[in-house]
Amino acid sequence: MISADIQVVLPEILLAGYAMLALLVAVYTSKDGLASTLTWLTAGVFLAFAVWIGINGVGTDTAFSGMFVSDDFSRFAKITILISAAIVLLMSEGYMAERGLLRFEYPVLIALAVVGMMVMVSAGDLMVLYMGLELQSLSLYVVASLRRDSIKSTEAGLKYFVLGALSSGLLLYGASLVYGFAGTTLFTGIIIAVADGAPIGLLFGLVFLLTGFAFKVSAAPFHMWTPDVYEGSPTSVTAFFATAPKVAAMALFARVVFDAFGGIVGDWQQIVAFLSVVSVFVGSIAAIGQRDIKRLMAYSSIAHMGFALMGLAAGTALGVQAMLIYMVIYVTMNIGTFAVILGMHRDGKPTTDITMLKGYSNREPLMAFVLLVMMFSLAGVPPLLGFFGKLYVLRAAYDAGLGWLAIAGVVASVIGAFYYLRIVYYVYFAERDDGAAGRLPPVLWTAAVVSTVIVALAWVPGINLFGLEPFAAEAALTLVN
Amino acid sequence: METIILFAPLVGALIAGFGWKFIGETAAQWISTGLLFLAALLSWIVFLMFNGTTEIIPILRWIESGSLSTDWAIRMDRLTAIMLIVITTVSALVHLYSFGYMAHDDNFREGEHYRARFFAYLSFFTFAMLMLVTADNLVQMFFGWEGVGLASYLLIGFYYRKPSANAAAIKAFVVNRVGDFGFALGIFALFLLTDSINFSDIFAAAPEIAQTQMTFLWRDWNAAEVVAVLLFIGAMGKSAQLFLHTWLPDAMEGPTPVSALIHAATMVTAGVFLVCRMSPIMEFAPNAMTFVVFLGATTAFVAATIGLVQNDIKRVIAYSTMSQLGYMFVAAGVGAYSVAMFHLFTHAFFKAMLFLGAGSVIHGMHHEQDMRNYGGLRKKLPYTFWAMMIGTLAITGVGIPLTHIGFAGFLSKDAVIESAWAGGTGYAFWMLVIAAMFTSFYSWRLMFLTFFGKPRGNKHTHEHAHESPTVMLVPLGVLALGSVFAGMIWYNVFFGYSDKVADFFGIPEAVEMVEDGEADEGVVAAADNLAEGDVDGATAAVTEEEIAEADGDAGGHHFAFGGEPGDGAIYISPDNHVLDDAHEAPTWVKVAPFVAMVIGFLTAFMMYIRHPAFPRQLAEQQRPLYNFLLHKWYFDEIYNFIFVRPALWIGRFLWKRGDEDTIDGGINGVAMGIIPFFTRQLNRAQSGYLFTYAFAMVLGLAVLLTWMTLFGGAN
Repeated sequence: MISADIQVVLPEILLAGYAMLALLVAVYTSKDGLASTLTWLTAGVFLAFAVWIGINGVGTDTAFSGMFVSDDFSRFAKITILISAAIVLLMSEGYMAERGLLRFEYPVLIALAVVGMMVMVSAGDLMVLYMGLELQSLSLYVVASLRRDSIKSTEAGLKYFVLGALSSGLLLYGASLVYGFAGTTLFTGIIIAVADGAPIGLLFGLVFLLTGFAFKVSAAPFHMWTPDVYEGSPTSVTAFFATAPKVAAMALFARVVFDAFGGIVGDWQQIVAFLSVVSVFVGSIAAIGQRDIKRLMAYSSIAHMGFALMGLAAGTALGVQAMLIYMVIYVTMNIGTFAVILGMHRDGKPTTDITMLKGYSNREPLMAFVLLVMMFSLAGVPPLLGFFGKLYVLRAAYDAGLGWLAIAGVVASVIGAFYYLRIVYYVYFAERDDGAAGRLPPVLWTAAVVSTVIVALAWVPGINLFGLEPFAAEAALTLVN
Repeated sequence: METIILFAPLVGALIAGFGWKFIGETAAQWISTGLLFLAALLSWIVFLMFNGTTEIIPILRWIESGSLSTDWAIRMDRLTAIMLIVITTVSALVHLYSFGYMAHDDNFREGEHYRARFFAYLSFFTFAMLMLVTADNLVQMFFGWEGVGLASYLLIGFYYRKPSANAAAIKAFVVNRVGDFGFALGIFALFLLTDSINFSDIFAAAPEIAQTQMTFLWRDWNAAEVVAVLLFIGAMGKSAQLFLHTWLPDAMEGPTPVSALIHAATMVTAGVFLVCRMSPIMEFAPNAMTFVVFLGATTAFVAATIGLVQNDIKRVIAYSTMSQLGYMFVAAGVGAYSVAMFHLFTHAFFKAMLFLGAGSVIHGMHHEQDMRNYGGLRKKLPYTFWAMMIGTLAITGVGIPLTHIGFAGFLSKDAVIESAWAGGTGYAFWMLVIAAMFTSFYSWRLMFLTFFGKPRGNKHTHEHAHESPTVMLVPLGVLALGSVFAGMIWYNVFFGYSDKVADFFGIPEAVEMVEDGEADEGVVAAADNLAEGDVDGATAAVTEEEIAEADGDAGGHHFAFGGEPGDGAIYISPDNHVLDDAHEAPTWVKVAPFVAMVIGFLTAFMMYIRHPAFPRQLAEQQRPLYNFLLHKWYFDEIYNFIFVRPALWIGRFLWKRGDEDTIDGGINGVAMGIIPFFTRQLNRAQSGYLFTYAFAMVLGLAVLLTWMTLFGGAN
């Protein structure tokens, strides 16, 4: 019995073991001297785990009486998390080393965060959920303030920590309310308890839970930490924040609302739709005022989370599928964009001021083109990948009878297009001699070009998003049934 | 052969338009002209060999959409054959003439290439016009209809550096749109009624349409009347009938060969052609036809009055054209379609010649167009003078009264006037007679002012006046032949007795046997018709027989046309006797146009040869009347006030208030006012203080909880 359970959670156990082993080895050997090796090794381990999970996982397995679930949905999320984490880790290596930030704890913390995320998306129980969430969060608090000598970085870490604690409290309170009314913390139990409609107390618990998730996905109005943390953290950490944790939190969001509250879609649909519409508008409108590209990307991610939530708000398998595809596309676009941002240098120093991009096309034509494709895609201009992502969620929302939400999404994306296009305008049409320049290191260059190719060409008939759709559809079906 | 006729001009247009850079301008001109002469030759062969039986030559499957299914085909019947020779002959001659006329044009700078473009437009126009007349269905016809409109627009505005030419081109296009709208509605109505746009189907359904009521403009009408009026509105636009005529005089801004081809001989007669082509419908719409007669007669009169006082040589001829078109519509309106086609046919020759002659004068006088600056050009331009003289004799209708000997216009115009009398509308008859008098007056006025008297105006211009080159004189000669003989040669088949006309147009005759045999056979024929269920035919047969008996020999030629709608090129219902009645007209009716012509000539002679000072005095005495005519009955001024200015006002309102204020203002307001406002608010909320952030979270939570309490769960 226990061995069967262990079998199911083996990837998480092994990854956690790897993290601790790496920590011990590094501490007792050359410490930071090993950091570079460890980063590459960790990225390799992530990729290996992604392959392992992808090849090995079939069907639905539960462990520990349903507290831990391994199914198509969790595997889809885990593979996305692992791959994006590996790529971002590789991208950060050069940047961190250059700035003297590459400590051996960094890859270890990232590995632990990834373990947390994997636990989150596999959670079948409120307690497991909380455990995974906190493991991830605690790791992220630390990496946010990795640059201890920078006021901004420590401020970011502190803000993240305090607000994260608040949201954890809300989430825990919600979990206890749910437990109080349902009598169980198992999702399989909760869904039976709400089969005949939920009492108001349990709905309160649901609201508290969703509030906690909304904080993690940085959906408005629980988004306010995002710009500050994104700006203050080292850029490579920001790139990480913008990718894997978002996927994990969104998957967790979907897991809870469908596995535990799938019987009362009508109740949480309104909340998710509210979060979605507020997020797309806040993300689009507030970003216009930003001068720092990291803050801008923070608002961009808020808006994009709004769109992903739009798919979720549909409450259908198509909606979940749309959300999953949207998240993959979102991660791809962010990797490409952050690769360019990480390479923005002025006088040998990194810069994040968007006015530094003026005339960028004269200095770095290829990277300027990458930025152009990414910005158009983020804005949702056809035929780039970002357009199809939006199309999916809008269609899911429309099919589910949320036409108003789809229209609001379109309006918001029109507003949002402004700041994306302004960057393109700066890059191609504005003049500036002392702006950002500098060749990208090979890793960043590869990440930028590959993601550009994907974003630009995935729509071509025959490629069909690299066969992503059927996997997302299967994952969505296991969740919604 | 018909296919070659149709496509030769298109090929010429394409080669001249797109290929001249490779083959040179002169070669392009020759190729397009040569192809036109080929088409003209084939057209004459087709016309002379044609036996009157309708023939349909499919070219390709064209439209397949729902129940709308149609071929692109040539409908070859007598109407088409007549139009073919008119179009291709005049067009070929105009092509040739343009070699000389367009050789050196001051409207273009040295070294600019415009000749090939001109020839391409001319050839394209010819193709579109041929499309129009060979059409087998309404949409195909509409294609040609719009094609000639486009060519007309391009050619009126050919001197694109002249603002007046551009304005005239736009005016022609816009005014024609009004008519085209009516035409399009007519097509829609016919499709609605018959579920087909093919002529054969529509004609076959004509009697049925006449029995149908349809709702149009909030009222029930007879379907045939509605369709006839709508189609006629299209014809009014294209043929410059009153109220939609204002574009035609302005169209004279185009080069003179264009005026001759498009605005005299062919395109403007498309409306007459349309009415004749749709005769199976028109015959079932007596009220609409009365309207056609009334409007045609009024147009003929009004245009003639305006023509009396115009000073621009081309404008006089333009108003003359408009007036003659009115004649044609009167003939068509009273049911004498063949007579309308007769006048169309002869008019094409002498009017094209008058225009080309005027062009020759203008060319010789260095683009001076004001007749007040001409005078005494008889010696300088002898060939042109004689050509114009023949044209004038033709248009004024010179001939020997009560015989069939005379210039083309004598025969066809008198035929129209007699038909108008036979049609029973005294109004139309008198209007046309008065118009004939005016026609004679202004035509002779043009001749006297231009070729007689003393040279006036710029002495230098007169000294350098020269006869045109041969390429311009040859077309004049050919057209002169037509102007002299066309009427006499084809009199019988257009305006002869019914049997000739019926034979020519391929119409079966119901009562041929009555004429040949005894009365008994007539009854037998009627009985046969009855047996076949053809009640109309039987009635007609009996009626005809009675009349024949009553009238004795004199009525021996009384026929009724037979056949079902669509059997021949035109359809004339059995109780339509206009053609025969016209021949029975009293002598005074037949002589009336001749007398009118003589009065017009004498008046012009007195005023412009004997007492050259008199016209000025008369104008001074009758200043209001003179101004009224000089300003063309103030049509342009009234339209300007009623339509143009409100349209400009609406346009300006929509532009300034609608587009700039509302749309631009709205979008700019949202983009530059409202959105930035929210951006500022949101950025201000992002204070950097933890408590603000926490407060926002708690606030959001409170909102969600409240929402859940009010609307969640069981609620």
